[in-house]
Amino acid sequence: MATQEEVLAGLAEIVNEVAGIEESEVQLDKSFTADLDVDSLTMVEVVVAAEEKFDVKIPDDEVKNLNTVGDAVNFILTHS
Amino acid sequence: MTAAIQSPAGAPHARILGVGGYRPSRVVTNEQICRVIDSTDEWIRTRTGIEERRWSTAEETVGVMSIAAAGKALAAAGIEPERLGCVLISTVTHLAQTPSLAADVANQLGAINAAAFDISAACAGFCHGLALGQDMVRSGSAEYVLVIGVERLSDLTDMNDRSTAFIFGDGAGAAVVGPSQTPGIGPVAWGADGAQLDAIGQTFSWDALREQPDLGFPALRMSGQQVFRWASYQMVPVAKRALERAGITAEDLDAFIPHQANMRITDAMIKALKLPEHVPVARDIAKTGNTSAASIPLAMERMLEEGEAPHGGVALLIGFGAGLVYAAQVVVLP
Repeated sequence: MATQEEVLAGLAEIVNEVAGIEESEVQLDKSFTADLDVDSLTMVEVVVAAEEKFDVKIPDDEVKNLNTVGDAVNFILTHS
Repeated sequence: MTAAIQSPAGAPHARILGVGGYRPSRVVTNEQICRVIDSTDEWIRTRTGIEERRWSTAEETVGVMSIAAAGKALAAAGIEPERLGCVLISTVTHLAQTPSLAADVANQLGAINAAAFDISAACAGFCHGLALGQDMVRSGSAEYVLVIGVERLSDLTDMNDRSTAFIFGDGAGAAVVGPSQTPGIGPVAWGADGAQLDAIGQTFSWDALREQPDLGFPALRMSGQQVFRWASYQMVPVAKRALERAGITAEDLDAFIPHQANMRITDAMIKALKLPEHVPVARDIAKTGNTSAASIPLAMERMLEEGEAPHGGVALLIGFGAGLVYAAQVVVLP
């Protein structure tokens, strides 16, 4: 079972891969849309990659609730 | 003794003999769209890849557009309308239940020996049509089939809907399918997922207007993220099945022509398919918008006209849309 640091690092890697954003920018308190400029379609790509990496299911209606990086990390931690 | 019926075969194979398209005259820019909805040219471009789209004038009906596209395809194929055995039109914007648009178009074209019918398979419609056309030619039901994808989506667009007003466009694309000694259209990989019926659709059906006449006119609605995810990821195994059934690898392709739904979907598909960099990809959506059933033949015509894809080259086509339904096949470009 992954730790918060591991999930955050993994997510940062994905966001970097998918959206070209510096991994160091991907912090728990950052909003995907407001701070990281990750729009809703890129969010889908991040979510699909995260599902694969963390072996977790993130349905479409959950994605809307993942506003910050922290929200995503918590979801992954509580559902994997 | 019971009589035995005959069942002679048709041609050994089928191919696309010619393609033609019609784009409406009226160019509508993002800036014009943004006068009605709260959005920007930059947002529309980054979100969809669309720079401008074409919307029909009152005169450019689905019938007029179909006939124009058909004329070009028939001329390119060198086939007279009387030789057509079938006219098949895929559309969701022929706004009358009956008679079919195909019956009207066949008559106006002079396709006096053709059967005529419409199909409804949304943005996957052209690929469905090619599959049916191929089957008809090979089974002997028709020697030459005219397959048309036509839409006037502006008729069903809510200009005030921030999530869809910029997406849809109008146009028609046609292909003549005929006999061939060598395979020109690969086996179709197709299917449907009605569990996702609500992902894309019309806000209400026509009969609702009888109960509530003040409802106004229905419009198309889409669950953007759900459709994006489905198209970008679930369609990749379908594309691979089409390649496999045709005995082709991604490296062999001379073109990739997906339904022009959204440039971001195209990009995500390319990545997920691991499409080699040397394969040209259709990006007609930039100038045409999403024209549903017309998008693939219009994109094909543009790639051929602009020399982006070679005549006689091998192309992977994939359509996907409301239903949710999908169809893909590998074809030899005319």
